[in-house]
Amino acid sequence: MNFGFSDEQDAIRDTLARMLSDYATLAVVHDCLETAEGFDSATWAALAGGGWLGLAIAEDYGGSAMGAVELAVVAEEIGRSLAAVPFAPVLGLATPAIQDLGTQSQKGKLLPGIAEGRLIVATALAEDGGSAPERVSAKVVQDRLSGRKSPVFFAADASFALVAALDEGGTVRLYLADLSDPSVSINPQDAIDRTRPAAEIVFHGAPVEVLPGSDPAAIRTLLDGAAVLAAFEQIGLAERALSLTRDYACERQAFGRQIGSFQAVKHRLADMFAKIELARSNAFFGAWALASGDNRLAEAAAVARLSALVAVQFATEESVQLHGGIGFTWAADPHLFLRRGWQLKAELGPADLWRDRLLCELANGPAAAN
Amino acid sequence: MDFSDSPEEAAFRAKASDWLDANATRRDGSEKAQDHFMARDADEVARARDWQARKAEAGWAGLTWPRAFGGRDATPIEQVIWNQEEGRYAVPPNVFLIGIGLVGPTVMIHGTDDQKTTFLPRALTGEDIWCQLFSEPAAGSDLAGIRTRARREGDEWVISGQKVWTSGAHYSTHGILLARTDPQVPKHKGMTMFLVNMSDPAIETRPIRQISGSSSFNEVFIDDLRVADSARLGGESEGWKVALTTLMNERFSISVGRASGGARAEELIDLATRVERNGRPAFEDGEVRARIADFIARQRGLEFTSYRVMTSLSRGDAPGEEGSIGKLLLGKLRQEMGAFGMELAGTAAGISAKSGDDVARWRNEYLTAPGNRIAGGSDEIQRTIIGERILGLPPEIRVDKDVAFSEL
Repeated sequence: MNFGFSDEQDAIRDTLARMLSDYATLAVVHDCLETAEGFDSATWAALAGGGWLGLAIAEDYGGSAMGAVELAVVAEEIGRSLAAVPFAPVLGLATPAIQDLGTQSQKGKLLPGIAEGRLIVATALAEDGGSAPERVSAKVVQDRLSGRKSPVFFAADASFALVAALDEGGTVRLYLADLSDPSVSINPQDAIDRTRPAAEIVFHGAPVEVLPGSDPAAIRTLLDGAAVLAAFEQIGLAERALSLTRDYACERQAFGRQIGSFQAVKHRLADMFAKIELARSNAFFGAWALASGDNRLAEAAAVARLSALVAVQFATEESVQLHGGIGFTWAADPHLFLRRGWQLKAELGPADLWRDRLLCELANGPAAAN
Repeated sequence: MDFSDSPEEAAFRAKASDWLDANATRRDGSEKAQDHFMARDADEVARARDWQARKAEAGWAGLTWPRAFGGRDATPIEQVIWNQEEGRYAVPPNVFLIGIGLVGPTVMIHGTDDQKTTFLPRALTGEDIWCQLFSEPAAGSDLAGIRTRARREGDEWVISGQKVWTSGAHYSTHGILLARTDPQVPKHKGMTMFLVNMSDPAIETRPIRQISGSSSFNEVFIDDLRVADSARLGGESEGWKVALTTLMNERFSISVGRASGGARAEELIDLATRVERNGRPAFEDGEVRARIADFIARQRGLEFTSYRVMTSLSRGDAPGEEGSIGKLLLGKLRQEMGAFGMELAGTAAGISAKSGDDVARWRNEYLTAPGNRIAGGSDEIQRTIIGERILGLPPEIRVDKDVAFSEL
């Protein structure tokens, strides 16, 4: 048993962290929050230049074919940096979907572009109030897609979208849609975190190609893998929120002492730490299950997701609280973490969904009636 | 990152399980795994001794002890593998945990040659059973505030005072005892450690009944106990340093101990499918499902955290940051699960229809869990440790730190 990162993996982390600290500073995130488009294209280009976007792509398609654990390391550092880049949709979902479920020609058309940072493939799985593969109403008839997908993140910057829709037999499959087609309209939405711009995409008979390997089970496995990576992104984010708050508690004086010396503050920070470490342990198991193809991936992904959601919400809310009045201001940093935390929650669905997934996996029991 | 056994680990596991197969009986499904280290009665103590002697003879006792002291030089992970394998068999409780896990390693570091040759082999074979005479009525979280006095008289020490919360004192043969030898210096500086014989008539042990109704720990009254200077473990006034060795090993023992103790969260799935809520199976109720799923996620997290600790240990690192959270989170989780199970199985009043039914089982879980939140460093102390040692926050204000103990 070896339940930690290797020296090589730690070295990957250090290299990436150095690069991100040059580009994706919190000042940049503040700027992205103010601008209409949000997206941090400079950091995305730098990630492409460093070969980070092709990490999980096969060498034949311009990538470096590293494993899931390495990808988890990258996810964590992206989360820690708060970079406003489409890491999760592109590397967590679109890339494995195309690579594992797509045709040779689909791979050849899209993967090299993803690795080079030229091409963003957005993921349009969810529909208002429902998630794939359970609740999908968008439909494909004779290779033409009609329906509404929402929320889709980075849609305005994306060339293609990976869409979950029903085929003519009523089975949920994944399709690739060219977003430049005139039958596609993109309506921007106002999400809690504008650094990851959200939109509704409406398809009026848009031409699409199916990913032949996709079926509900494959979609579920894809989401499980994405949830593991998202958990690392969430943990990176929560750890940074903790460290920011810890520094503030050492600096800020009240009643003649540093506020971090008061148990009311110290113990809250300890609770943040404990929730984050618990989430990290579950995420480690998820990374191992993903990398080794273990059949407990669904269970591992669900517990990683559930504990990461708890850790992020607690750490980001208490970070605002422990900063006092300043934490409530737009100019301070804590709300950046609070917003991104909610964003990451939205991208793969809320806790209820993952609780059901966990219980169904463990008990094969009935889904909740309500 | 690899969650499975390495080839060496698999070989060790096979060897352990071969020996266990030949020497013990597998538990059937109805028997609970042995997850405690306290004997219920004299018969259980006798069976524990017998089992320990057989393990020692075959080289399965004191696994992580150096070979020079009769151990096996095993890695922490091998210890865990052994614990997992042994847990599959109907074996008596490990009443030797304190002797082998805490006292032995402390004697190896601070003991004289004579103490090593006297005590280590007998701890290994189960001849001696040890208890830890540290806490006192007025010194729990603030252990350095102990008042039990040891006065020097020629070649002897005379010890008087009271200890409390001493697990297993009523069947222990020996105790490791922390006493104040110099009240004229600040509290951390005036203590000395002793190894004492529990059968001495100057020591009286009285069981304490816990809120669960059972008794596993004791008050220990010490009235003019005379011991030779050779019973001193470590230097005079160096008791705190010796105690820290014991406490560090206690942390290690907990981190490689048998799983997390207590009930499995999955047992609640089974319970929820058997009982009803609002006229339908409780397992179909959204709130019930949410609570159970969250319990499972927390319990898995604790389990995997212990694997991270083992990984740190096997890399030769000290038990890392992650180790301190298991202790903090376990008690509260058990307490919440106990309360939930009790309500799910019956009524909020915890009314059990017959002994051993679901309510009784979860009620017992609920009433034993508070011990996890207090013993071995309370939740509050644990949070302060995390805050100060891991997060580097400024320390508590300590008004007694530089004042002679006698002036407090």
